[in-house]
Amino acid sequence: MALLEVKNLGISFGGLRAVDSFEINIEKGQLYGLIGPNGAGKTTVFNLLTGVYKPSDGKVTLDGKNITGARTTQINQAGIARTFQNIRLFKELTVLENVKAGLHNNHPYSTVEGILRLPRFFKVEKEMDQKALELLKVFDLDKEADYLASNLPYGKQRKLEIARALATDPKLLLLDEPAAGMNPNETRELMDTIRFVRDKFEMTILLIEHDMKLVSGICEELTVLNFGQVLAQGKTQDVLNDPQVIKAYLGE
Amino acid sequence: MKKERIAKSTKSTWITLGIVVVAYVIMQTLAETGVLSSLVKGLLVPLCTYAIMAVSLNLTVGILGELSLGHAGFMCVGAFASAFFSVCMKESLPAGPRFFLALLIGILAAALSGFLIGIPVLRLKGDYLAIVTLAFGEIIKNLVNVLYVGRDENGFHFSIKDVLSLGMGKEGKVLINGAQGITGTPKDSNFTIAAILLFLTLIIVLNLVNSRSGRAIMAIRDNRIAAESIGINITRYKLLAFSISAGLAGMAGVLYAHNLSTLAAQPKNFGYNMSIMILVYVVLGGIGNIRVSMIAAVILTLLPELLRELQDYRMLIYSIVLIVMMLFNWSPKAKEWREKYSLKRFLGKKAAKEEA
Repeated sequence: MALLEVKNLGISFGGLRAVDSFEINIEKGQLYGLIGPNGAGKTTVFNLLTGVYKPSDGKVTLDGKNITGARTTQINQAGIARTFQNIRLFKELTVLENVKAGLHNNHPYSTVEGILRLPRFFKVEKEMDQKALELLKVFDLDKEADYLASNLPYGKQRKLEIARALATDPKLLLLDEPAAGMNPNETRELMDTIRFVRDKFEMTILLIEHDMKLVSGICEELTVLNFGQVLAQGKTQDVLNDPQVIKAYLGE
Repeated sequence: MKKERIAKSTKSTWITLGIVVVAYVIMQTLAETGVLSSLVKGLLVPLCTYAIMAVSLNLTVGILGELSLGHAGFMCVGAFASAFFSVCMKESLPAGPRFFLALLIGILAAALSGFLIGIPVLRLKGDYLAIVTLAFGEIIKNLVNVLYVGRDENGFHFSIKDVLSLGMGKEGKVLINGAQGITGTPKDSNFTIAAILLFLTLIIVLNLVNSRSGRAIMAIRDNRIAAESIGINITRYKLLAFSISAGLAGMAGVLYAHNLSTLAAQPKNFGYNMSIMILVYVVLGGIGNIRVSMIAAVILTLLPELLRELQDYRMLIYSIVLIVMMLFNWSPKAKEWREKYSLKRFLGKKAAKEEA
């Protein structure tokens, strides 16, 4: 059984059918790409999967659990974490605190324990620090741990967002245009990082991307969206050679 | 390295608490040796009260990031709930336990009203939230102003019309007399208690901020959508911060009520003038900077009183101080200058030299 099964997913904004009968099956450990021209509805799919929008119809199953229409918080707890197209970090928190915020649900202690500084506070905070620094090391951010997140250069902010998402210990990681605004060198580095994350954390990753080098370089399977509908689906090379896909991207 | 991080936030907390202790010791000594004028002596408890208000409002404005203009309303709830209790129990309980219970009641009543008001209000954002909190603050004040409560041999009587409609027996005593408020509150608070309460407030707020819950609250402030996406329960933490903030304002109210024998809700003490004044302390002291907002509250409360002798020039100087503080805390140039000449750096250099 696939890790993520989406059946007949759709949403309408008034008269606009933004996404229509969207279907996708992602196996555990897969690196899956979601591509399509601007305005095709890719980010809307992400927002539907993470509960930002409630789907008008369809069904989403994660690891056998029905999460259709659940709230964002619940969906994250069920195991989907994401990054954003326009970076959304906690700007006034340090890099380390950003990741520790991601560890929020998996390392609990109560507010009272925190205020009274009971032993569990110190124990759990220490665990969190360790875990967060480990994660930061993976993304080569451990030296900047005490910087404010807003002071990081752009490429590192993108990495920090991925680290924060991973801190919630997800089953499925959604990356919304991770290479946006990166130069070719940074993109190459990012490709290595994504592959590394998949291998080290045995993560399943679904990503939206416009950079075809990145897509053809790391994605095993692709789904192409056009005007809210699935245009093509399958192995990366097959999909990229599909005349319909080429037409959608380049025109006639 | 990991230890250092907890130690760092703890160190900053200790510095803030240290300032309170030192200030308390100095003021107490001065008061006892008779150096302080009676004017300043009388200001000691209000100083702590406003400092508590500033710190608690900073939790809402600076840490939670929501502009609340009704903070004095919660102070009002705490003041009236606790004063009512103290007047009722005046004969039946000794001062110590009576004040302790009054304190608990005041805090709980204010925190509860913060919780209840927070449920609808925290769904709003920005300016809308500010306006609605302003309205709630006024509603609380006005409700208290029409409340009549009396007690006779048959128990308590309530009315929102006038004293006569309480319909009490001959032995009856009016406890809350509408706009005239509560009279005869025992003067149970003093500077020591006030300083202890300020100390407690700082511990609660600073420890909250430097903990898991505080991180969640600040994450919501910085980016609500991202906070949701990593599984933080938005409603829960917003309400938590707002209720704690209201509860602490209630504590300031208890202190206020037990420092005066007559308690009446007027625009001056519980109206929006007060809410704005507290907000001024927070904004000038630094939104999100607990320590400086406390200091700002003390300076800006003390200043107008100390400037009384200057009469006409008083407000002139007060406003200049406001502007200077604003520039000092917020202008980029001033920040640069402060970094350059900061005490920490000076000490750091000295240490480095000694090592070499």
